Amino acid sequence: MTTENILSIIKLTAAETAAKIASGELTAVEVTEAHLARIEATDEKVHAFLHVDREGALAQARAVDAKREAGEELGPLAGVPLALKDIFTTIGVPTTVGSKILEGWIPPYDATLTRKLKEADVVILGKTNMDEFAMGSSTENSAYGPTGNPWDLTRIPGGSGGGSAAALAAFQAPLAIGTDTGGSIRQPAAVTGTVGVKPTYGGVSRYGMVAFSSSLDQGGPCARTVLDAALLHEVIAGHDPLDSTSIDAPVPPVVEAARNGSVAGMRVGVVKQFSGEGYQAGVVQRFNESVALLKELGAEIVELDCPSFDLAMAAYYLIAPSECSSNLARFDAMRYGLRVGDDGTKSAEDVTALTREAGFGDEVKRRIILGTYALSSGYYDAYYGSAQKVRTLITKDFEKSFEQVDVIVSPTTPTTAFPIGERTDDPLAMYLADLCTIPTNLAGNSAMSLPCGLAPEDGLPVGLQIIAPAMKDDRLYKVGAAVEAAFIERWGHPLLEEAPSL
Amino acid sequence: MTTFTELLSYEDALASFDPVMGLEVHVELGTRTKMFCGCSTELGAEPNSQTCPVCLGLPGALPVVNEIGIESAIKIGLALNCEIAEWCRFARKNYFYPDMPKNFQTSQYDEPIAFNGFLDVQLEDGEIFRVEIERAHMEEDTGKSLHVGGATGRIHGASHSLLDYNRAGIPLIEIVTKPIEGAGERAPEVAKAYVAELREVIKALGVSEARMDKGQMRCDVNLSLRPTPESEFGTRSETKNVNSLRSVERAARFEIQRHAAVLSSGGSIVQETRHFHEEDGSTTAGRIKDNAEDYRYFPEPDLVPVAPARTWVEELRAGLPEMPRVRRNRLREEWGVSEHDMQSILNAGAVDSIVATIEAGADSAAARKWWMGELARNANEQGVVVDELPITPAQVARVAALVADGSLNDKLARQVIEGVLAGEGTPDEVVDKRGLKVVSDEGALGAAVDEAIAGNAAIADKIRGGKVAAVGALVGAVMKTTRGQADAARVKELILERLGVTEG
Amino acid sequence: MPGITREEVVHLARLARLELASDELDHFAGQLDDIIGAVARVSEVADQDVPPTSHPLPLTNVMRADEVRPSLTPEQALSGAPAQEQQRFKVPQILGED
Ligand SMILES: [Mg+2]
Ligand SMILES: [Zn+2]
Repeated sequence: MTTENILSIIKLTAAETAAKIASGELTAVEVTEAHLARIEATDEKVHAFLHVDREGALAQARAVDAKREAGEELGPLAGVPLALKDIFTTIGVPTTVGSKILEGWIPPYDATLTRKLKEADVVILGKTNMDEFAMGSSTENSAYGPTGNPWDLTRIPGGSGGGSAAALAAFQAPLAIGTDTGGSIRQPAAVTGTVGVKPTYGGVSRYGMVAFSSSLDQGGPCARTVLDAALLHEVIAGHDPLDSTSIDAPVPPVVEAARNGSVAGMRVGVVKQFSGEGYQAGVVQRFNESVALLKELGAEIVELDCPSFDLAMAAYYLIAPSECSSNLARFDAMRYGLRVGDDGTKSAEDVTALTREAGFGDEVKRRIILGTYALSSGYYDAYYGSAQKVRTLITKDFEKSFEQVDVIVSPTTPTTAFPIGERTDDPLAMYLADLCTIPTNLAGNSAMSLPCGLAPEDGLPVGLQIIAPAMKDDRLYKVGAAVEAAFIERWGHPLLEEAPSL
Repeated sequence: MTTFTELLSYEDALASFDPVMGLEVHVELGTRTKMFCGCSTELGAEPNSQTCPVCLGLPGALPVVNEIGIESAIKIGLALNCEIAEWCRFARKNYFYPDMPKNFQTSQYDEPIAFNGFLDVQLEDGEIFRVEIERAHMEEDTGKSLHVGGATGRIHGASHSLLDYNRAGIPLIEIVTKPIEGAGERAPEVAKAYVAELREVIKALGVSEARMDKGQMRCDVNLSLRPTPESEFGTRSETKNVNSLRSVERAARFEIQRHAAVLSSGGSIVQETRHFHEEDGSTTAGRIKDNAEDYRYFPEPDLVPVAPARTWVEELRAGLPEMPRVRRNRLREEWGVSEHDMQSILNAGAVDSIVATIEAGADSAAARKWWMGELARNANEQGVVVDELPITPAQVARVAALVADGSLNDKLARQVIEGVLAGEGTPDEVVDKRGLKVVSDEGALGAAVDEAIAGNAAIADKIRGGKVAAVGALVGAVMKTTRGQADAARVKELILERLGVTEG
Repeated sequence: MPGITREEVVHLARLARLELASDELDHFAGQLDDIIGAVARVSEVADQDVPPTSHPLPLTNVMRADEVRPSLTPEQALSGAPAQEQQRFKVPQILGED
């Protein structure tokens, strides 16, 4: 395959790729090989992948081609390559969650999401890098080294799903999967100029998705276009009897919405609390332009006051660590994963403590200790209990807002991609990256980030966040598609074409 | 293990102190699958063959509640006169232990599904004692460890352990009493009677076989002493995993004596868990935890709240079986037996077998006679409960019918039962195969009688002379020649008839 | 209430089974103190009369029928085990309860 051929394939959207495979213009194997070649050529620099499953991907691609030859009907994403965040279990393929404690672990079962991707004939190229156990906003917390932002390899690609976002921006895959506990899909999308959606909590099964904070975690689609995200959303969403918190209702009509983008007559809210100190000038500028654009496109802009959002960050950094302290207790060196110090004289208790010390990184340890503290007797009511009350207040603020507006918009993250290493030893500074994304996780509703331009001062992508009520995920796509089309028209091309070629 | 422990005599202990007990009973439900996953609960499977990502606590796995687990919990709650929560949640109880795959137990904390109930238990002398129930909640069992390299499989001194998680995740209902006060010297008896009665209730509900010997029902005995019934509660000890009715009584008794010895010598009780030793009925202290346990309970985010519809609860209430104590009283009256005899039947575990035998057509006296006589003896010899013998109530009823119509006498009937137990077939098949039949042919019987009189002339004379009691010897002789297959009553009649004697 | 001491961190690390090195303890104690200082704000709402939210969606009564599903094979179950023996997970000695 020539470089030109490769480039012509990898620049396609998922929808275009699927169409070409369906029509026979391209085979799934050709498409897969082009992406594997791109990964080979660029991933040494980007480090988006922790594991590339070349054989598995090609086998899946061959199966798609065989199906087509046999005249079987193909699904809307059949043969399209995807980069899977290394947090979903995959039979026979290592799943590490970016942690040493699971290095080399090969799950004996598939996550529901993995199964759905396979059933939809999506080609899984491999597993992408992430902050350890999805704790972080920069992917620097991966035990396997950081991922570079394709726009500037010395900068972070966001986190925790930095690997997935970087794979999209580096044209290593047209589709990717992320998970979003406090912004881990949206914030990486924002800083890499890609699209990421956190579906309504319960919209996508969590079965087989290694838990960080159960009541906040949600898997979702990542792509380079709004339509591609919608197509992937439809494949992975839906009720799963193996997940008690899965919603037993039809998936919102996201693809239809993405194909019919419009904001005419819509009421769009702007929240007072998502502004002020800490927001980069270029981010504010691009956000204001987006609001102006929405108005031009026929939306009515409504100012909103959500006072409880000021407490969202504090509540999040109590709830998420509390749940993680319990969820991560199972990594004890007894049944799977790393075991350290078992010299025949030490007790199980000591081996567990030594293994966890060696196997977990600093951020994970910090959060485990913080969560253990917040749940311990004497502190529970003041911390965990209060945080859950804040959660109620935030939900109420959203409810009140959605009585007045159809969607809310905000910057996705207050700044553009910061340099690798800048915030690694300043947890509080790092946590600010999720300021605008966290309220949605606490309330359980849905949100999207899509590119809205480059910050003039550093030429790096800025993300626009769109927030919709629970189970109204289709509104994200309706608004997102309209904004995306208007921006592309204004820019003359998709934003990612301005990214360096690597 | 024998550790010398200072004890006060039971009488002295009770003279100076008032015991307060709290009983926590764990019941393993007899559901087909585990509490939070679809793995089978069948006993006896090879190690780790009934596990899945959920019950192994693999990364990413999520629990889903077993509907029958909830239903059983509600039934137990209703049978124990509890209120059933309108809305409740599961909680995580966090602590590390290798037999617990997630290192938290999915349990319930401040929102149990059933609470505020009571169970009336009957003591040996017929007195009814009301045990108040604090709560019944749902949780899951742990895996099983095999300790290798130490003495006789003990955890202490083992070089390593081997874990089988087949049992991990099997549904448990934990039933906790309120402090049991006012039992005084009868506290150990009340403890035993409570656990026995609870076991009957669980069995009647059909939610578990509640076999204590198989660990399907286990009891923790909390005990404290106080100077007088008016005083505040003393410090308690918690004796874990007491696994037979008799042990429950012994553990309570031992702890009363031990606490009393410590307290009357001016010492104080350490709040700790203790282990019970079947061999000598003693308890010893468990490992002293360097840090007080802090389970960091919080609502289980992976499970949604349980809000049992009132219609469902009422349906379940309407479907409850007659409670064992009510049933026992009814049966006692129907059968016309004493409190004491009823207690023996209960202790033998024969109530259901007798009822079934009566249902199969036997009269109640005959049913009781066989189950409490021959069969109880047999079960005793084999160390099983009567209903585990290889004979069905219908077969016992058939034996009783054969006796009633004169086809068998008691001696022959016992042989039939022996044959059935030995696997020789149904009662009728055993009768055929062994040729067991009462000789009812009057001609043959008459000849045997004549032969006996002729052969024992001296005895015959005595009888003629009025010593009717001597007839036994002649009956014996006839039974011998007929190889026991005669109806002894009829033989006696014939002998007296021949000798011209009428019974006074 | 904000503020966490080194001793508390030692205790919490024990509860959480983390064998922290001494310099790590110092480092964490400082950072945790800062974080707790920042998140302690939530207690502003402690005495507000609002119900706590434990689950983002108001679902109840999600149950499954009591039907057996296939388990993993013992080989699959044990496939990730650091050590095994007799088809069981082999673990270091468990501190004795008796
Ligand atoms: Mg319990
Ligand atoms: Zn299971």
